[in-house]
Amino acid sequence: MPEEVSTLNPNKWIDNYADYLFNYAVVRVNDSDLAKDLVQETFFAGLKSAKNFEGKATERTWLVSILKRKVIDHYRKINSNKGKAEVRMNFYADGDNEGNWIEERVPQSWDNASEKDIENEELKTQLDLCISKLPEKYAMVFKMKTIQEFETEEICKELDITASNLWVIIHRARTQLRKCMEDNWFNN
Amino acid sequence: MMFKKFLINCDQATTICDKSQYNEATLLDKVKLNIHFLRCKICTLYTKQNVFLSSMYKGQAKSCKQIKHCLTDVEKTALKKSIESKI
Repeated sequence: MPEEVSTLNPNKWIDNYADYLFNYAVVRVNDSDLAKDLVQETFFAGLKSAKNFEGKATERTWLVSILKRKVIDHYRKINSNKGKAEVRMNFYADGDNEGNWIEERVPQSWDNASEKDIENEELKTQLDLCISKLPEKYAMVFKMKTIQEFETEEICKELDITASNLWVIIHRARTQLRKCMEDNWFNN
Repeated sequence: MMFKKFLINCDQATTICDKSQYNEATLLDKVKLNIHFLRCKICTLYTKQNVFLSSMYKGQAKSCKQIKHCLTDVEKTALKKSIESKI
């Protein structure tokens, strides 16, 4: 029996895959306009390279593999936005105090932290606000790991970063978020 | 000194603490962290607060997963048009 070979049917792409691809993109880049752009670029790239489609994978798998590249490209772009895209330092980077807390960044006790507040809508809004203040790279990795709950290995593979790289980003993002929530919620 | 390799600074301690929020710190990491706690009140506080933050993030994750992301029909029609123009 001949092996089944998939064929491309671009006229049906939107109906069949737009939502799937959009969802795939939006949980990674956390921005629906950007996700929409990535999906559109994926379809365009798919049309352009349709002649290279060998039919070994399904149409959807093939489109997802294109979108994956778009997500990595986006991550690399925001990762290379040096300078403006860094979080504030919390620890001395060198000298005798290397690795110690910088005085004005030392955690303070919270006046206003109660378990029952966790479901509070205002708190969620403040949290979203603090996350949105993170440089994009930090927000993206933090959210993939913490909000979308991806495995470490999967994030590393998808963004082409090492695990230690990932933990540095998570650590900086969390320290920054802690400080933001402290200033704007817990001790406000 | 043997003991020395168990000593870490606050930056390293809080990194381990962050890792352990996802249950991904190793046993050795946790030993180092607990030794650090003996002489550092700040990181002890950081850890306590971090546990609280984690439960907050969990709540956020839960409400986030309930949202189904879809494109609107208008967006799909626009997308279709732009693709048709390239076929």
